[in-house]
Amino acid sequence: MISPNRKGEVWVFAEQEDGRINDVTLELCGKARELADTLCVKMGAVLPGWNVRELSYRLIAHGADRVYVTHDTELEYYRTLPYARVLCEMITRHEPQIVIYGATPIGRDLAPRVASEMKAGLTADCTDLEIGEYEDKKNKTVHKNLLLQIRPAFGGNIIATIINYDRWPQMATVREGVMRMGAGDPSRSGEIIEESVEFSDFEKSIRVVERHREARKVNLKAARTIVAGGGGVGSKDNFQLIHDLAGAIGGAVGASRAAVDGGFIDKTHQVGQTGTTVRPALYIACGISGAVQHRAGMEESAKIIAINWDKEAPIFSVAHYGIVGDLNKIVPMMIKAIKERA
Amino acid sequence: MGYHSVVCVKQVPDTSNISGEAMKPDGTVNRAALAAIFNPEDLHALEAALDIRDAYGGTVTVLSMGPLGAAEVLRECLYRGADRAVLVTDRRAAASDTLATSYILAQAVRKLKDYDFVFCGRQAIDGDTAQVGPQMAEKLGIAQVTYFEKLVELDGRTVRVRRNVGNGWEILEGRLPLLLTVLDTANEPRPASARRVMQRKRSRAVDELRKEIAAAMPGASEDERENAFADGVEKLKMAGQLIEQWNLDDIAADLQWCGLAGSPTKVHRVQSIVLTKEGFTEVPPTEDAIRTMIHELIVDHTLG
Ligand SMILES: Cc1cc2nc3c(=O)[nH]c(=O)nc-3n(C[C@H](O)[C@H](O)[C@H](O)COP(=O)(O)OP(=O)(O)OC[C@H]3O[C@@H](n4cnc5c(N)ncnc54)[C@H](O)[C@@H]3O)c2cc1C
Repeated sequence: MISPNRKGEVWVFAEQEDGRINDVTLELCGKARELADTLCVKMGAVLPGWNVRELSYRLIAHGADRVYVTHDTELEYYRTLPYARVLCEMITRHEPQIVIYGATPIGRDLAPRVASEMKAGLTADCTDLEIGEYEDKKNKTVHKNLLLQIRPAFGGNIIATIINYDRWPQMATVREGVMRMGAGDPSRSGEIIEESVEFSDFEKSIRVVERHREARKVNLKAARTIVAGGGGVGSKDNFQLIHDLAGAIGGAVGASRAAVDGGFIDKTHQVGQTGTTVRPALYIACGISGAVQHRAGMEESAKIIAINWDKEAPIFSVAHYGIVGDLNKIVPMMIKAIKERA
Repeated sequence: MGYHSVVCVKQVPDTSNISGEAMKPDGTVNRAALAAIFNPEDLHALEAALDIRDAYGGTVTVLSMGPLGAAEVLRECLYRGADRAVLVTDRRAAASDTLATSYILAQAVRKLKDYDFVFCGRQAIDGDTAQVGPQMAEKLGIAQVTYFEKLVELDGRTVRVRRNVGNGWEILEGRLPLLLTVLDTANEPRPASARRVMQRKRSRAVDELRKEIAAAMPGASEDERENAFADGVEKLKMAGQLIEQWNLDDIAADLQWCGLAGSPTKVHRVQSIVLTKEGFTEVPPTEDAIRTMIHELIVDHTLG
């Protein structure tokens, strides 16, 4: 643990695989930049890997003032222990005040290990981060400029704001897709700092024997428009309607969990708390009730059209356009209207 | 000889079935109104451990931290085949965050001494943090493999496991002891066996027994109850039906790392999700109205 260090930097763990920076890292850079500006401190990125120095420029373009690179063959593929060693070493050497990680399989494996070794707090799966204050009424003290870690809890039924005012760094993982990725400014300049770290035999003890990665088949996050179907679509056959509308507007196909559970479509299309979080320019929800777990994954969309025959359905509470009626009639009308324009 | 596994299991409120009644007027969740269930992924952790015992011999010990009621999930484990059950329960552990929880559980695992595997479910449905497993591994000074899906090979002290990371998988090789967090795709948990239910349904933690005796002997004196209790404990022990109950002193926990004091994260604010009725443009389900809406979306560059 380190003690509160008001001059400490705001850090992002820079996650890369096979020479590619994960999108969530760049999303986080934008947020960390904002937090660092509010606190008037520098923003840093920690980049462990092998032959990854070149990636520093992208991190700088997205807001980093400093990139701490650790280049080592032990870091070629992600493994918990060597990566945790790098993070703990960097935190001990430079005492950042905030460290954020993507809530990816890597971030969610790494961050708790680091938090435990540092005896620091960690909040999982945040959907928002802000700087704010906390009044400790019992001790009559006000802690200013803390990281407010905002996350859904209890199966998404409540929103909790978590803080950590004494055992720093303040750490959080953030879900993919919830922060907006900036365009990046290649003319920004920043410092690249090379750091070497020693690993013990124990830390090197886990070996990657085989490794297999699939390109993401469905890229919901990158889609500008998404047409999503829910339980109300009724069957796999009828889900063709959703594909047709998506085809007509050149969008991707999304789904609620009821549609996935019903076997209408593959789980990779699921939007929501346990699926993908999306924020397209347009989201069309067809026959989706709008349960909180679903809304959590789509309510940030710029425009939302909801089609549901139940006018009380909660999906309408986040909609910009609401059409109360039978989707089997309305979706074909929409396809027709779009085709007429083209 | 075989392998000794410890499985951490948790009793959780059934967050998937939260209804209006479960929300208090102030917007917080009324835990008491929710059914308490076995954390779903922990059943898969238990199954993974039972699989290893069935194939290689050894033992499966289940461990839970929580209020006395959590003895229920331990009994469920005994019905499904666990050999030994330990409940860590102590008021001073209340309000522990994941770091304090992992410290307490790690202390309990230490007390169990010889273990080869520690299994946890990937995450618990009340917090969805997935942090306790990796934090325990760090506290125990052992390696972790999260998102465990399959045991590929086990040979002496060397183990190969497959983990599924969503966009792919990998096979890792490591040496025991190891902590694994288990996905629900790893296996199909076996049901409780009728024979084991018969055998173990009388299993009790000491405080459960104490409560039962107090309820059964309302008019009795303190001494009479104490005697009945001592008798009862002896009988449970003899029959191998005692769910061991440990407090923080039993596991030599340093109180500065437990409960509120041991928890760096604090809850600042809690809001229930209330639907914000901001209002929306209602489009009648007619061709004309839909055409107009599409036109608007093209004009404001949302479409096209
Ligand atoms: C821990 C947890 C995580 C979860 N994660 C997710 C997640 O990531 N994503 C997700 O989506 N859900 C998730 N869920 C499930 C979620 O709670 C809901 O059960 C689910 O979103 C319901 O999907 P639905 O609205 O499509 O289906 P339903 O609840 O079946 O609703 C169907 C809707 O369609 C309407 N309808 C029916 N027929 C028609 C018609 N012909 N025309 C127009 N409207 C019609 C109905 O009025 C109704 O509103 C999660 C749940 C839990 C407990």
